[in-house]
Amino acid sequence: MARSKGRSKAEVNAGSMADIAFLLLIFFLVTTTIASDKGLTLTLPPEPDDAEQIDVKIKDRNLFKVAINSADRLLVEGERLDDYTQIKEMLIEHVLNPSQNPELSESPQDAIVSFKTDRGTSYEIYINVLDQLQGAYYQIYAERAGVTAEEFRGLNLKDPKEKAIYERGKGDIPMAISIAEPTNIGGN
Amino acid sequence: MSKFKKKSNASQEIPTSALPDIIFMLLFFFMVTTVLRETEIKVEQTIPKAEQLKKIERKSLVSYLYIGKPKQTEKFGGEAKIQANDVFIEPRDILLWVAKEKDKLAEAERDKITIAMKVDSEAKMGIISDVQQQLRKANARKLMYNTLKLTSKDKNNSLL
Repeated sequence: MARSKGRSKAEVNAGSMADIAFLLLIFFLVTTTIASDKGLTLTLPPEPDDAEQIDVKIKDRNLFKVAINSADRLLVEGERLDDYTQIKEMLIEHVLNPSQNPELSESPQDAIVSFKTDRGTSYEIYINVLDQLQGAYYQIYAERAGVTAEEFRGLNLKDPKEKAIYERGKGDIPMAISIAEPTNIGGN
Repeated sequence: MSKFKKKSNASQEIPTSALPDIIFMLLFFFMVTTVLRETEIKVEQTIPKAEQLKKIERKSLVSYLYIGKPKQTEKFGGEAKIQANDVFIEPRDILLWVAKEKDKLAEAERDKITIAMKVDSEAKMGIISDVQQQLRKANARKLMYNTLKLTSKDKNNSLL
């Protein structure tokens, strides 16, 4: 009795294991949505206190004004602009002002971007322009730090080494993009 | 000649005994990466594209708002709406929603909450700014506009 039991091997048939695994694999393949948690980051200004409203005077030359109306037309520094991809170069020149042009910002620290939209402006053009504005600053930072703009954006601030690169790039130049409350000319 | 005959006799089967292991490995990869969707998105979502993307560092601190035209226009109208979790909310409800989302986090991390907005390209800035005003009031000031990566192909298309 005991002998015959020992002779016949009690094995589980593992041949269909691959099939089962395939089935599960296909289920997960189909249900997977690789999350795309990437985008443009922004910090909103704090809620203003009614008690202390200080009027800060900003020199006109330091301001880089971008406005978009409800028909998605751009007005940059008082002039109409059809191609929003030019904004990046314009802003870099405005911030750094290499030729000491008296109409551009006094110093990179003083430069401020004023970005104004209308309630009827489409979100797409808003993102495109914001992308250009942030891109200009990242490019300035990256050049100072000696890395590419893409590397600069991907820096992990928890790593002290990478944080040092970030600090060297950013330095004392703030990313001063002020997003004004939209006007309501176009209506919505 | 005899040499060739010998070769043809050798079995030419691929060993498949390691196949389940390979499949299991793939399976585990997809099991780990899968995020089962908790909410059904009820608004149109054609996300715009941008270049200057940043990644969110800690996903647990993120709450999502979906903004766009409702998919069921006959039921909810054609005006852009805000979806939070599973329901449509009005801009004035955002204060309460943010408070609820903050309650889910540990106390020390409540100020670090990030609101990720997934907004349809066709939405107007009016509704976005209403949301932002409310977020400022709710003191949830870290914001992210979810976008897709702009590829060089898209750039060429836009130039044409």
